[in-house]
Amino acid sequence: MSQSERQLVTGNTKTADLSNEHYETLENYIGTLEDKEGSLINVLHKAQELFGYLPQEVQLFIARKMDIPAAKVFGVVSFYSYFESNPVGKHKISVCMGTACFVTGAEKILEEFEKELLIGNGETTKDGMFTLKDVRCIGACGLAPVVLFDDQIYGHVTVDGVREILEKYRKVDKYAY
Amino acid sequence: MDGVRSHIMVCGGTGCISAGAEDIIDALKAELDKVEYDQEVNVIRTGCFGFCGQGPVVKIHPDNVFYVKVKKEDAAEIVNEHIVKGRPVSRLLYTDPESNKKLDKHHQMSFYQKQYRIALRNCGLINPDDVYEYIAFRGYEALATVLQEQTPLQVIEVIKKAGLRGRGGGGFPTGLKWELTLKSPGAEKYIICNADEGDPGAFMDRSILEGDPHSVIEAMAIGAYATGSNKGIVYIRAEYPLAIKRLQTAIGQARELGFLGKDIFNSGFCFDIEVKLGAGAFVCGEETALIQSVEGSRGEPVRKPPFPSESGYLGKPTTVNNVETFANIPPIILKGADWFSGIGTENSKGTKVFALAGNVKNVGLVEVPMGTTLREIIFDIGGGIVGNKGFKAVQTGGPSGGVITSADLDTPIDYESLKNIGSMMGSGGMIVMDDETCMVNIAKFYLGFTQDESCGKCTPCRIGTKRMYEILDNITKGKGTEEDLAHLEELAPMIKDAALCGLGQTAPNPVLSTLEYFRNEYEDHVLHKYCTAGECKALAKYSIDPEKCIGCTLCAKACPVHCIQGAVKQIHVIDPAKCISCGVCARACKFDAVIKP
Amino acid sequence: MPIKSLDELIKIRESAMKKVNLRESGEDAEPMIELMVGMATCGIAAGARATLTALLDEIEAQSLENIRVVQVGCLGYCHSEPIVQVNMPGEEPMIYGNVDEKRAREIIQKHIIEKKFLDSAILNKTYNKA
Repeated sequence: MSQSERQLVTGNTKTADLSNEHYETLENYIGTLEDKEGSLINVLHKAQELFGYLPQEVQLFIARKMDIPAAKVFGVVSFYSYFESNPVGKHKISVCMGTACFVTGAEKILEEFEKELLIGNGETTKDGMFTLKDVRCIGACGLAPVVLFDDQIYGHVTVDGVREILEKYRKVDKYAY
Repeated sequence: MDGVRSHIMVCGGTGCISAGAEDIIDALKAELDKVEYDQEVNVIRTGCFGFCGQGPVVKIHPDNVFYVKVKKEDAAEIVNEHIVKGRPVSRLLYTDPESNKKLDKHHQMSFYQKQYRIALRNCGLINPDDVYEYIAFRGYEALATVLQEQTPLQVIEVIKKAGLRGRGGGGFPTGLKWELTLKSPGAEKYIICNADEGDPGAFMDRSILEGDPHSVIEAMAIGAYATGSNKGIVYIRAEYPLAIKRLQTAIGQARELGFLGKDIFNSGFCFDIEVKLGAGAFVCGEETALIQSVEGSRGEPVRKPPFPSESGYLGKPTTVNNVETFANIPPIILKGADWFSGIGTENSKGTKVFALAGNVKNVGLVEVPMGTTLREIIFDIGGGIVGNKGFKAVQTGGPSGGVITSADLDTPIDYESLKNIGSMMGSGGMIVMDDETCMVNIAKFYLGFTQDESCGKCTPCRIGTKRMYEILDNITKGKGTEEDLAHLEELAPMIKDAALCGLGQTAPNPVLSTLEYFRNEYEDHVLHKYCTAGECKALAKYSIDPEKCIGCTLCAKACPVHCIQGAVKQIHVIDPAKCISCGVCARACKFDAVIKP
Repeated sequence: MPIKSLDELIKIRESAMKKVNLRESGEDAEPMIELMVGMATCGIAAGARATLTALLDEIEAQSLENIRVVQVGCLGYCHSEPIVQVNMPGEEPMIYGNVDEKRAREIIQKHIIEKKFLDSAILNKTYNKA
């Protein structure tokens, strides 16, 4: 396996890791904040970066440590599309649905992913490998239609190219086990 | 190799190639061979000069002489006169239509004045991570001048006189906004940079922050001084990691050099900036919702008045300006209000950055003076439509705007003129659509967007956009009725009038404008269950593959609605407007020539 | 060190200008060649990092001196990313589009060393600026 492929395998484990270490890091981070309530969104970003998503227990932990109602934390998490309260797959596939991508065929690309992965938009495959989601413009309109695989951008994606990209990730992951 | 002394650059853009640029290249090479200059002079093909109306164009490097409408017969003269004798061929030079003078340097041509960069002046020119490169292009000079020589009121006067208006969409005069905050009572005031660029298809704010972050920092400091604020906040989308990183690096450098912090330029003025991340909510581009989000809450808009200039962040007077607006400030201070107000139209001064995207050849960021026409942007700068398709419409203003058809392509664009033709400036997304784009589907796309992004606080927006979306969805699925069109027209003004914030008030615009300009497409969907563009899958019709059809007439005989035309041994054609998608023809065909939808 | 006055700022500007003069006019005090790579999100997405690495690698392989590579923001030519601008002293700056690894190495070999332009890769600057 090449270096880049190895990174592909290890670099993006987005499954939840609710270890104490992460809770400690998060608590320390909260401790450094001056304006606690005003920083809730920043804290949630930090937590999602650590845990991969924001399960209820993490949300409660944040509420307690920041001394704000859990309802407010939940309200903020559910309001913003960036925050995930459900576990996400090992690889996150984001199909850009900005207008430029839409008029160059993003809808058909999303449908193809749904067909290939046998899941709907916003769902995760049974093996926990892929989560499929449409996202708002990521600002790479020059490459439309665009698909984001974790942090890797694929530009000018075609319907036929969908399977190719998926195969690449499936192959790499097979070697990992 | 020292031998190469000059290059003949021939435009290899589609326009010039189809006008014979390849022949010119061959002819030039042959002529150079003849005079034995082929080792000294290279003939090369370049990208489009963006001057297709005058093609084919040829440029001689390093003399920087520019020839237009060149023919292959001209090759000998160019080589013998210009290359061998060093005398430009004046008959091939461009004649400026205004002054009637021959111009040889292409950057003198009025055509190249079409793109004029103020907000993007440093993008792609400087290393964004190196503050000294920004300083080299007069960075922080505007801030120093303001702090040492002007009072806040004087600064506001300059901005007002320049006529700068908000570039985020609304077009509110920036100087007036600053004045309102300055005059609001209170010692504690804030200035916020709105970098929550949510309009799908617009990316100029990201480009500015990634390419020239210091210009925004400098402008915020100037704005803070003018409005009497000591604290700035940049509210930026979390989806822009690189912009966040570059901005943070820049803020660190600005602090180190004393452009941020205490007693800036020995003036006693103190100012610092904090970066706050958004989390994916389009409505947070609306200033009151943005302030809610900066305070760490759900980004729901609140009623105006009171305006943020009286009671904004933490209840204190707050100015909210967009990234592009800020990027215009330092040049205005340095070059003066008159310079800026000399560019643009009567009520819209300066330039506007557009993110040109969609089915257009030269996808990119363009910055043009207000008053430039859409035709110039799409066809001259953008190079026209991709592939051999026709132009159908251009959409501006994102989910709050509307579509513009070829009838209005020659309208000089500014805030007012776009409103008059049923669209709006918005943040500058400009999506070009070819004739294979279904307008009902586009309206559905935008309504799907606003409905998804509606915060849910007010009923007209939450439920109204949902109902509109459902109606549009039905239409694209062939379940629409004529009544549905009437319902759309009834719902739209209700939402416009009753919604709480700009998001809801403008949400029906894409539907209204497509209904106005493309009513026939809605009617095709509703009455004939037919989608001209062929995008709506549920309405897709059967067609015949002309390669496979042998003209056996079996399908035509089988068709219950007689929508297949064609005689024996001729290729048959299905009339999609009459086809009811029953599939009988496909079963009848023995040659697999009927293409299923 | 904080800069405390306009005069001080202008002095610093004058020394900083020597470094960047090349970019607009081709005039330069130092005999330094400069390669600018567009490194905004869209450039990077189109492969600008690989381009940058290839440029650096080729410069080393050819043991070139007095040449530097600078990352810059978006030039606005999204249709032809990745973009590389070549600034040579005494010459008009040249912009190349669709510069992949192969083309990056060609820029060093052909443009820098052989002083020949690359065929079919040149983009033309189509704007004026404030």
